[in-house]
Amino acid sequence: MSASKEKYTEVQYLEVDQYQPKTRTGRITNYVDTRVGGTGMVREFGRKVFPDHWTFMFGEVALYSFIITVLSGAFLTFWFDPSMSTTRYSGSYAPLQGLEMSMAYATALELSFDVRGGLFMRQLHHWAALLFVLAMSVHMLRVFFTGAFRKPRELNWVVGSALLILGLGAGFTGYSLPDEVLSGNGLRIIDGMLKAIPVVGTYISFFLFGGEFPGNEVIPRLYTLHIFIIPALILILIAVHLFMVVTHKHTQYPGPGRTERNVVGYPIGPVYAAKAGGFFFIVLGILCLIAGTFQINALWNYGPYDPSPVQAGAQPDWYIGPFEGVLRLMPGYLGPIPLEFNIPTPWGGNSVATPVLIPMIPVALIFLGMFIWPWIEAWITGDKKEHHLLDRPRNAPTRTAFGAAVMTNYLIMWGMGSNDLIATHFGLSLNDITYWSRVLFFLGPVIAYILTKRICLALQRKDREVALHGHEAGVIEVSPEGGFSEKHKLPSEYEFWTLVSYEAPEPSGPKTNAKGKVTRTEKLRARLNRMWFEDRVEPVTREEYLEALEHHGHDDHSEGLEAAQSRGAIEQH
Amino acid sequence: MAEHGNGDTGAVVTTGEGASSSYAIDNPGLPPHRPRLADVDEKYAKRSERQVAVLFLISIIGTVLFFVGYFAVARMDAFDDYFEGMTALRVQNTLLGVGSALAMLGIGLGVVHWARTLMPDHEVVEDRKPLRTEAHRAEAEKIVTEVIDETQIKRRPLLRNTLIAAALLAPLPALVLFRDLDRSEDFGVERMRHSLWGEGVRLVRDPVGTPIRASDLTIGSAMHVIPETLREIPGHGTRLAEKAKSVVLLMRMHPDDFGEQISGREDWTHQGIIACSKVCTHVGCPVALYERHTHHLLCPCHQSTFDAAENFKVVFGPAGRPLPQLPISVDEEGFLIATSDFTEPVGPTYWERGHTDPEGDYPA
Repeated sequence: MSASKEKYTEVQYLEVDQYQPKTRTGRITNYVDTRVGGTGMVREFGRKVFPDHWTFMFGEVALYSFIITVLSGAFLTFWFDPSMSTTRYSGSYAPLQGLEMSMAYATALELSFDVRGGLFMRQLHHWAALLFVLAMSVHMLRVFFTGAFRKPRELNWVVGSALLILGLGAGFTGYSLPDEVLSGNGLRIIDGMLKAIPVVGTYISFFLFGGEFPGNEVIPRLYTLHIFIIPALILILIAVHLFMVVTHKHTQYPGPGRTERNVVGYPIGPVYAAKAGGFFFIVLGILCLIAGTFQINALWNYGPYDPSPVQAGAQPDWYIGPFEGVLRLMPGYLGPIPLEFNIPTPWGGNSVATPVLIPMIPVALIFLGMFIWPWIEAWITGDKKEHHLLDRPRNAPTRTAFGAAVMTNYLIMWGMGSNDLIATHFGLSLNDITYWSRVLFFLGPVIAYILTKRICLALQRKDREVALHGHEAGVIEVSPEGGFSEKHKLPSEYEFWTLVSYEAPEPSGPKTNAKGKVTRTEKLRARLNRMWFEDRVEPVTREEYLEALEHHGHDDHSEGLEAAQSRGAIEQH
Repeated sequence: MAEHGNGDTGAVVTTGEGASSSYAIDNPGLPPHRPRLADVDEKYAKRSERQVAVLFLISIIGTVLFFVGYFAVARMDAFDDYFEGMTALRVQNTLLGVGSALAMLGIGLGVVHWARTLMPDHEVVEDRKPLRTEAHRAEAEKIVTEVIDETQIKRRPLLRNTLIAAALLAPLPALVLFRDLDRSEDFGVERMRHSLWGEGVRLVRDPVGTPIRASDLTIGSAMHVIPETLREIPGHGTRLAEKAKSVVLLMRMHPDDFGEQISGREDWTHQGIIACSKVCTHVGCPVALYERHTHHLLCPCHQSTFDAAENFKVVFGPAGRPLPQLPISVDEEGFLIATSDFTEPVGPTYWERGHTDPEGDYPA
């Protein structure tokens, strides 16, 4: 036993029964506490401080829209029958009456037309699912661009990445359930992609579909994944995610009064709880409004799944866009040379579906890179410190630029998922759009990287200028000698602090290892490190600040002096 | 280390050790709290109170609107005319959506407005605790080391190695249990080489099933075709799986429009009528669009484009192979028939596709 654990006295045990609460709240608290011990929780969380910023909202939106998908989805399960056994449709929708279709499609139609509020709940479920993935994506971008994934939050970033992938899985399995022509063709594409996987792909397809595509099995299997396995995993990971947020305490933006050692914000009770709780109803309200007024997935227009028909201009849900787009981007032939080939083997040869496999590489790299990014960045920068203060994106120019490059690449793939609609809506040649996108796929990220980095550096220089010379006041003064100059207004000490309190280390050269050698990987690290930091903009130093202050003291008496007095503390140090 | 008292919030801010010296000034601490109108004047607090109450009332109205939508609008099956039913459904859906939106937004906006204007808006400072102290970490490390020592696993590698071997094998039954996910009798890849087409199988219209004469197709027209035997297949899923391999697109072109045909395929067409698999060789979507002037076939999923006049070769897009052609002719009654099955597997490329043909189904 650890020595730190004290032995309880008899008096302490007796106190449990003797405590006489005086208020009603006290009596309820006492009742709960003597049975399940809730006061510890209240003491820990009742006034726990949460930093407030509008960008911290996206994670909340993701959580709330997930809750809404669970609630609306549970409603749908009471009517939806995920069966591929056939029936003849006899519901209210006249154009499909008498058609042979699966029970899945028939009950999805029943939900839409013969259950009051069924269509509304179906649309609410679908819109909430789209918002769930969107909010997760934006939340991850926020975490990335502010550096919130750094130590000690790397593992929570991994949990978040896993949640994003599970969200995509939940979305796709749900999309496929109604068993109409649109989603059936989506599954057909999945089948084609599975079959392209070398060695095991054909059999994975057989096992998923219970034989040859489409078979009798796939809808109930996707249903089990969609309503049980994937949501259960998401719930568990959300619990882990939030537990870690509590353990680490939330990050905060740099600013006056904020340090690496504290958390500044509003206490959960009552302000934060009221805002966050109220926000759930706002998210739900907006989704209800969309579900009531914007049609989504009008599945009665498509007809039951049949391998022969297909719509032109079919689009997947938005988050599948990059996967779909990169498939469209890839050429099957380079000029006259087919990219697909056979490997000669003793039993005659195996086929490699290169045009399907190659497009999976960039997508896989982006997702894999996402998982391991915190360690890649820490390795390059050599930064092993804890971080609770976020980076303003401009103050991490290389990370911001790299993120923008990857985003550009992703968005080009995403946009290509709608190349046919872009062509028809803007009257452009589909082929030209595709050719140009192939170029942009490679060139776009490079342009985005250079542009973003320059913009960040320019913003940092602007920050320096404002810190040292003040904001342009828009007032032109004429000196007695006849010279014109613009009045500058120095920032407040609070704003000044936000502008100067960031770190920009110099590049660190290669280090020798224990054997006194510089390894090849260390050389690579040093090169990347130089790329990361070399064109850094230094934050304002104390000397520069004092010099500027003196300068301002001469030509801007009132404000310069005032600022000097308010920041007098420094000179004493 | 510098400390700045902030009189208004009562918060004391301490900058991190060592961190303060590297910046141009020391952390100035929280800016003074600025009171809101409602903090200084009860009149404004009253106004906020009224605004919040109005928002809650809007929520109540929204809930009533939802009930109106639910009970006052008749269900679709109450209408004889299907268009009237669709209109009723649209009205009902809008009322349910707008009603519940008002009900939720009223509560949500009301509570948030309450929190923003009436609840205290003083920022509070809380210290971060280090996750664990050094002593705790050392103690935990000691416990784990002792536990491992007590198991003696390091001293007895035989135990360790046999355990690893057992643990590696033990999950295999769980994997094998999934073998029967595919319960088809003809398990394996061989079935992917066969479709319902074969010598003498009639081409019939999809979905009505009527046979086709050469004269039914004018030059420039196209037709979706299935094998006559498809409808005899029992079971919806099995039938769809067969259909997924045997859907065919039939086109008639002017005989002069044909480019040079692959040798051996000279007698695969009939009076300018040519047939190909409708399943894209990319990932399997139906190649559904035919442009009569260019003889191009386009898959609307990923825009692979094939030239029907040039042995269905790929002219654009991600497909890696031409579409398989179905050899056709006419029977003695003048109906179009296939003269054999496809001479290669249809649909997307799969790993085992390149195997030689063990049963000798395909002509060399």
